[in-house]
Amino acid sequence: MGPLFEYALRMGDSCLILGHRVSEWCGHAPAIEEDIALANTALDLIGQTQMWLGLAGELEGRGRSADDLAYLRDSREFRNLLLVERPNTDMAHTLVRGFLFDLWHFHTLGALQRSADERVAAIAQKALKEVSYHLQRSADLVIRLGDGTAESHQRMQAALDALWPYTGEMFLEDQVDADLAAAGIGPPLGSVQPLWEGDLARVLAQATLARPASTHVQKGGKTGVHTEALGYVLADMQFLQRAYPGARW
Amino acid sequence: MVTTTVCTPAAGQTAPRPTEAEIWTWLDEVPDPEIPVISLVDLGIIRDVAWTEEGLAVTVTPTYSGCPATTVINLDIVAALAARGITDVRLVKRLAPAWTTAWISDKGREKLRAYGIAPPVEGTAACGVGALVTPEIACPRCGSVETRRVSQFGSTPCKASWVCDACAEPFDYFKCI
Repeated sequence: MGPLFEYALRMGDSCLILGHRVSEWCGHAPAIEEDIALANTALDLIGQTQMWLGLAGELEGRGRSADDLAYLRDSREFRNLLLVERPNTDMAHTLVRGFLFDLWHFHTLGALQRSADERVAAIAQKALKEVSYHLQRSADLVIRLGDGTAESHQRMQAALDALWPYTGEMFLEDQVDADLAAAGIGPPLGSVQPLWEGDLARVLAQATLARPASTHVQKGGKTGVHTEALGYVLADMQFLQRAYPGARW
Repeated sequence: MVTTTVCTPAAGQTAPRPTEAEIWTWLDEVPDPEIPVISLVDLGIIRDVAWTEEGLAVTVTPTYSGCPATTVINLDIVAALAARGITDVRLVKRLAPAWTTAWISDKGREKLRAYGIAPPVEGTAACGVGALVTPEIACPRCGSVETRRVSQFGSTPCKASWVCDACAEPFDYFKCI
């Protein structure tokens, strides 16, 4: 399989796993407006998953649909960033995780809109409209809760410290990234991180949150080596296909 | 571009083909499944109607990536055209250029307002980090602009929840994207 197949899986799997994680809040969020916002965000991410995994299936050419790829693979075959599989824990972890991902997603899609592959450019252009309001919302809430009460500030800082080691993986570029950058299909190497860092610094300053000092990077998601958290997500998400193989709507 | 062949050409079809203009008129009678006061044409998601060698190609652009109405919309288009005798319909899904609320027709905007949904104010879409632009929105019931946003999200992906402080009624706002 070529690098674009791998890249489409990475994008699709990150959208899918975060979409599933966010959907876990449906019916459980602390306020109805938050519940609706989270469910809408999850829906967008799962819609974007269909586009990316649909492209992956098309590139693979073995007749696997987006559903087949979502429901019939095991954890070693998933290519999502480790960040998105981290548990919801509380609203602070959920919002900080969303913000760190949304910011990367926004700038990555911004670059992919100019992809030399028109299928990639079309998906990016479509998804970016939705990710723009995901990021607007998550950045706004990070600022309001970081610069909120003593309790909300402490929770947001704790979430940022806990999730920080999972952010480095977003910028670890490998041969897939290099091949796609060289072909003008993926973002130019090293182009997303400075944009992410710039916005992050501005938001954290307004949120009165401290950027963690740790430089430790947890990696593996992009090559299928996951934290134990992913197995639990898949056990839930893939239950129906595992219990009733081949079941159709 | 994803192409789905929905029906095969009917054998022995000899009736004269309806014109593309007639077909646009018929599609303008197909309601959006979630907001039935406006048509699919009003919504701006029908991008092209063209006779081809393989029959009628209808090009549709999705509104939101995860909108559950998409499948129903496709079925409704096929059913509406079948009711007019067109069975060789091919639906073409077009992602780019991405759908924008600017494509909602003026007629569609008025129908939304009459139905109780404030139509989108163009130029106010979210653009990432930064405060959300809050447009001035008139209450679709009493016309007052003493309104405020309750939530950026609502009952469907395309709507936000607002309330009017003059008449105290909650209402939906069709967000700009």
